[in-house]
Amino acid sequence: MTPTLVTAAIATPHIDWAGLSPFIALAAGSIVVLLVGIVLGAGGARHATPLLSLVTLGATIGLAIWQLGERAELLAGAMALDELTVTLILVLAAAGVAAVLLSWRSRAAGSAGHAEYYALLLLSVLGMAVLVAADNLVTLFVGFELLSIPLYALCAAEIRREGSLESGLKYLIVGSVGSATLLYGLALVYGATGSTDFGGIAEALRDASVRDDVLLLTGMGLTLVGLAFKASVAPFHQWTPDVYEGAPTPVTAFMAVATKAAAFGVLLRLFDVGLVNAQTTWAPAIAALATITILVGNVGALGQTSLKRMLAWSGVAQAGYLLCGVLVGTQLGAKAMVFYLAVYLAMNIAAFAVVIARERAAELGDDIAAVAGLGRTQPLLAWPLTVAMLALAGIPATAGFIGKLYLIDALVDGGWAWVAIVLVVGSMISLGYYLRVVAAVWWGEPADRAEALAATPAGAPPVMAGGSQEADALGRPQPEVVLVAWLATAIVVVFGIVPGPLFELAGRAGSALTGIF
Amino acid sequence: MTLSILIWLPLVAGLLAAIWGGKAAPKLYALGALATLAIAISFVARFDAGHDGLQFVTDEAWISQLGVSYHLGMDGLNVVLVLLTAFVFAAAALMANLRRWERPGLFYFHLALGETAVLGAFLAQDLILFVAFFDLMLIPFYFLTGIWGSGDRAARVRATQKLVIYTMVGSLLMLAAAIATGVLAASQHDTELTFSFAALRELPLAEGTQQWIFLCFAAAFLVKMPAFPLHGWLRDGYGAMPLPALAAFSGVLSKVAAYGFLRIALPIFPDASVHFQELLLLIAVASILYGSVMAFSQGSARLVVAYSSVAQMGFITLGIFALNEDGAQGALLQMVNHGVVTAPLFFIVGLLAARAGSEQLRDMGGLAFRAPVLATLFLIVALATLAMPGSGNFVGELLILLGAFKAKVVFAFVASIGVALASVYMLRAFIKAMHGRVNPGADSREVTFGDLVALVPAVAVILALALYPQFGLERTETSAKQAVAAVQQQTGQLAAAAHQPSQEQTP
Repeated sequence: MTPTLVTAAIATPHIDWAGLSPFIALAAGSIVVLLVGIVLGAGGARHATPLLSLVTLGATIGLAIWQLGERAELLAGAMALDELTVTLILVLAAAGVAAVLLSWRSRAAGSAGHAEYYALLLLSVLGMAVLVAADNLVTLFVGFELLSIPLYALCAAEIRREGSLESGLKYLIVGSVGSATLLYGLALVYGATGSTDFGGIAEALRDASVRDDVLLLTGMGLTLVGLAFKASVAPFHQWTPDVYEGAPTPVTAFMAVATKAAAFGVLLRLFDVGLVNAQTTWAPAIAALATITILVGNVGALGQTSLKRMLAWSGVAQAGYLLCGVLVGTQLGAKAMVFYLAVYLAMNIAAFAVVIARERAAELGDDIAAVAGLGRTQPLLAWPLTVAMLALAGIPATAGFIGKLYLIDALVDGGWAWVAIVLVVGSMISLGYYLRVVAAVWWGEPADRAEALAATPAGAPPVMAGGSQEADALGRPQPEVVLVAWLATAIVVVFGIVPGPLFELAGRAGSALTGIF
Repeated sequence: MTLSILIWLPLVAGLLAAIWGGKAAPKLYALGALATLAIAISFVARFDAGHDGLQFVTDEAWISQLGVSYHLGMDGLNVVLVLLTAFVFAAAALMANLRRWERPGLFYFHLALGETAVLGAFLAQDLILFVAFFDLMLIPFYFLTGIWGSGDRAARVRATQKLVIYTMVGSLLMLAAAIATGVLAASQHDTELTFSFAALRELPLAEGTQQWIFLCFAAAFLVKMPAFPLHGWLRDGYGAMPLPALAAFSGVLSKVAAYGFLRIALPIFPDASVHFQELLLLIAVASILYGSVMAFSQGSARLVVAYSSVAQMGFITLGIFALNEDGAQGALLQMVNHGVVTAPLFFIVGLLAARAGSEQLRDMGGLAFRAPVLATLFLIVALATLAMPGSGNFVGELLILLGAFKAKVVFAFVASIGVALASVYMLRAFIKAMHGRVNPGADSREVTFGDLVALVPAVAVILALALYPQFGLERTETSAKQAVAAVQQQTGQLAAAAHQPSQEQTP
């Protein structure tokens, strides 16, 4: 066979290298990080690999900005490059940067092996990027798995701590159930519509007989459940507090923001592009899920004393708010959701950075007592935590307020005023636990050292090893952690006062969904 | 010079105070507050009372995608209230300067943030901007109460929790309602999304929609006042707040709520305002009676004043929901009077507590013995509070009752009992504190020069308002008419009947 015949026989798709460049950068970066780790050994990789990861993420951000405004099909329609993809990649990469900086001197990266840890992190970001770009059911599933599997490993990164292993295992089991459900649902959707392509599905759903097909309804339901597991939407959220609590905190921070951004990105594209013609069918279901999620998340957070668990429950509640953006099925809803995702990222990163700093410095770990009296002893950490909590509660002059404003606006505009009221009621409940943290920070009594030691439950690590090595005797936080906290805080405050630029970006992302109004 | 300077100057001073910290902080914020007062006076001086409509307008796009604008303006409704705010905060700053606060930078920063938020809420001409400032007001007072409040930690935690939960429940409902107002007005009239007050007045909502939206706004405002069934946070909240903050809170923050009724509820939801008139009047009368009775039975001087303001806010609500011009003007005048009176009252409570060792009336007694100046000042303020004929409060209450009699006689009749009750509780507090047997634990001593600097201007303003109530009345007249114009169209006959006698000039 001559070479010409071979090329003729296999119709190679046109490959848009420029469009693919952010994905390539992430994939290449993770391999390079892994290889550099092998070459340099444990000692050398300690600082080289996070640095390389930052370079990779920086390159991804640069390439994504370069591609902003392009609209193209990648790999024969497997992925869509548009403003929504690019904006969410920016959000994901920002979460990655924060995670790398927060992991830099963590115990997790040390015990898992630096190269492996950061390579897994980058691979997970790649999976998320693929997921938010997915324009095809198969790509969707590939991205979904590529994001999940590294995370299972990352949760268990502190291999000498029981809690971390437990968290990884739990996440693996629950995640697998979610994946299986999702796969089953995707298969049924394909069976009903005869297409794996989102465009083809939307086309098939113009037919009313297909829309009312039980096969499709079951498929949509199962798909929604599968994605709901990942986005920690109630009642599929039960794993969230346990996994968040057990996982190494930098990984928790990453999971809390990036996984959620990815899951909601794909929910948006699947439901507002692929299944948009069946909106009347799925919107009531999503409205019910959003209502349950908002109430369950907020009520669940009320009784928590562990900050990580509280943030996990608050993440569940926030997932409910985000779901409102998908629910309305309008461009306004998509814009509001993307806006809120970006804000959500900043608010949570600020909070988690402070939790990490305290965890490394104090014996109390992530208990709320660890931040008591912080306003007096460490204003540098107290302010980011305060701003993050107020923003999560939706207080004006923070971006959280604008984000909620946008979501409520989208809801009322789409004719879902009662969900807006649920959202507001949820916010009221949320004050109960967000302000408890603020109160502890500013007028709580710093726990006595001896008392703190006694309060530490048996079986917990005696002193956070990362802390005892890295943090100095005064418990001064590491500069990169403080930097992350303050950057995130600055974003929250600046976009709370001048929201214009972020609106612009979210607006472009929302208008990429051309099938809806 | 734009209104933005007026709004943001206190915050700048507060930020400087926070950065400098230490000894400079009190002086920095006091200077900032006095400068703000000076600017406010200059605006009032340049305010043209004959001109109807907004003056000194600033209108910039803030969130253009949502039709939200940074729209500020001054008219008859807010002109005196802005002056009141600047004055009360300046007085509070002087009051706070007299003692040392732990972490002074942070303390004055929060006080300054509060001033900025209140001024912003008064001057905002955009519904979302108003809601943002209204919600923001709460935050600094939350911190002030939590960090520098009186009482033990548990009391402060309870106070802050109640304060925030009550007020935020109202505020968040108001947020949803505000967005719904804009979005539904735009969709019902098929226009561009806008939240400007002036535009929303032209786009009335359907009556059913107005009703639930009105109730959400009313909840926010009534909690903030506070009014009778929604006052649950008052005892703990007022009990724990540090006195300078409390003077500002009771003096002006409660007025923002009453102002909200006049600015938003009446003109934008006229159908609903008429529909719920009797409910609101009932709440007003209940607040007057409940506040008076509670003020009479309190053992703590601070709580006497606190509950008396529930009664006073009841009068103001009564005036507003008389839904006529007399009532509205009386309410506006009374807002100013009450603000000017409460600030020195709380200051005096602080002075009394410093002499008696506690804020309990039973620990006081005979304090007038060696402090005639203090006793005189207290007496003037007390007489003004109980609306002694000749005081500004008398004019305010008279106008309110006049308006109420024209609207709903029964409510006005019951409410006028409250006037008598006011003298009972105020004189009881005065006598118990100042006269009678000298309490052995109490130390009667005269006020210092520093105290006088903070106290005398307030008393001077009370006397000035008593002599010249026209100062407020002539500036508010046009706007008060406008504020009730929409509801009077709805009430129709009631307005026509009510209008005739109001041609006769009232004091």
